[in-house]
Amino acid sequence: MVQFTDVFKSYENGTKALRGVSFTIKDGEFAFLVGPSGSGKTTIIKLLTGEIAATDGKVIVNDYDLTNIRFGKMPYMRRTLGVVFQDFRLIEDKTVYENVAFAMRVIGASNKEIRRRVPYVLELVGLDTRTRRKPQELSGGEQQRVAIARALVNNPKLIIADEPTGNLDPARSLEIMLLLQKINELGTTVLVVTHEKELVDSFSKRVIAIDGGRIISDGMDGYYTYER
Amino acid sequence: MRGNRFTYYIREGINSIFTHGFMSFASVCIIVACLIIMGSFTLLALNVDNVIDTMESQNVLMAFVDDSYSQDEARGIQSSINALPNVNRSYFVTREAAWDSFVSTYRNPSLFDGLDSTTLRDRYVIYIDDISLMAQTQLDLAGVTGIASVTAQLEISSGFVRIRNVITLVSLALVAVLFVISLFIMSNTIKLTTFERRDEIAIMKMVGATSAFIRWPFVVQGLILGLIGALMSFVIEWGLYQLLTQKLIAGAGIYFLTVIPFYEVAIPLLAAFGIVGLGVGIIGSMLAIRNYLKV
Repeated sequence: MVQFTDVFKSYENGTKALRGVSFTIKDGEFAFLVGPSGSGKTTIIKLLTGEIAATDGKVIVNDYDLTNIRFGKMPYMRRTLGVVFQDFRLIEDKTVYENVAFAMRVIGASNKEIRRRVPYVLELVGLDTRTRRKPQELSGGEQQRVAIARALVNNPKLIIADEPTGNLDPARSLEIMLLLQKINELGTTVLVVTHEKELVDSFSKRVIAIDGGRIISDGMDGYYTYER
Repeated sequence: MRGNRFTYYIREGINSIFTHGFMSFASVCIIVACLIIMGSFTLLALNVDNVIDTMESQNVLMAFVDDSYSQDEARGIQSSINALPNVNRSYFVTREAAWDSFVSTYRNPSLFDGLDSTTLRDRYVIYIDDISLMAQTQLDLAGVTGIASVTAQLEISSGFVRIRNVITLVSLALVAVLFVISLFIMSNTIKLTTFERRDEIAIMKMVGATSAFIRWPFVVQGLILGLIGALMSFVIEWGLYQLLTQKLIAGAGIYFLTVIPFYEVAIPLLAAFGIVGLGVGIIGSMLAIRNYLKV
């Protein structure tokens, strides 16, 4: 579960990125977070992943109160998250299998667990025949699937996808969104951050729209177009 | 799971050494260079100390007994002399023995015709523990009842002390400076590794790796490089020391110098090299990685 309560965030240069943002995403929900560039989307992601702390207000992610979290607890909070980025962020010299296994290995999973879990996740994202390929040998859509598999492999409660289709053509974008929807149907909460109107409107899901650091709409009405 | 992690740290640490082969080689070379300089100065200081100790043992005070004391009375004050702080041992020299010794140093004893041992006093030759306290011991001896005067070669003793202090200070300063230099180079090597692997580190942080888990492979890398550097330095230092002591000094005919045999300092030197090498490796890697672990 994600809970933002009257969250403010100001950066050292004086930029006020968030001005009293409040929303809740329940377990098992699928939500889009939309808004133009500079609206505060990235700040919300950074707050969710613990990269930055709120200036004021309360951020709770999967039962971890990030306003008071100890530094040593942060890795354990992050294990409840899976993050997917626009630029995939795969390790180029590792194979598909190793990229996914790496995410398990670094949290101390045993080889047995890795051998059991990684093939299952790669099959789920449709890459079970590509396990020995390196990322540069794959298409953009396939690379994003690897990134999703990596985000999924530690069985997180919440997947945060930051512009996951930003580098993909429309057909591949739709595939990725369908994959995220499938993951959500299997019980994982999914938050997709995007500014692609058509993609958002092709799914009947909750859309949280943000602009100027404030939530301007939150509902099932598709992409909310806000004129500055 | 713990064994699994341990294997992972070792494997990643070793992989990183070979992936950044040139920098690893450069780090080991710098550690070797610094350790050899440190080691050489330490050995030099030890040898100087040894030589000074030998010279100190030959640098004595002379306490002259009051003329009014008979030889039996003069012998009686030896216990008071030996009881003084810093006095190691003393022996009594009669005026006759002193006279004979003095006259025998001249080729023409007829020079001393008409003179006899009464010209001299009975005396004590006194060996001390610490040459730097010679002046104080001289005063203490002068205070002993029956001692008329005390002579001490204070300039020589202070010269020895000064040489020893200078060499010790230079050695300590060099060790400190070279340690910092080694640390800096090692830290930069690992920093380069961490910079090349910054995306990987970011991914590790993102998926919930603990700081310790991220840090350990780099520490292992530094530790191995430090250890290799220490072992190489020890072997080279050994060879250099043997070469210098056996061939150079003997060849130059400096026979009066007593050199400490390498086997006497080998274990402490190996331990010191090991500690400095490992210290540089571990501290250097921890300094290099700390910025990446702040998020």
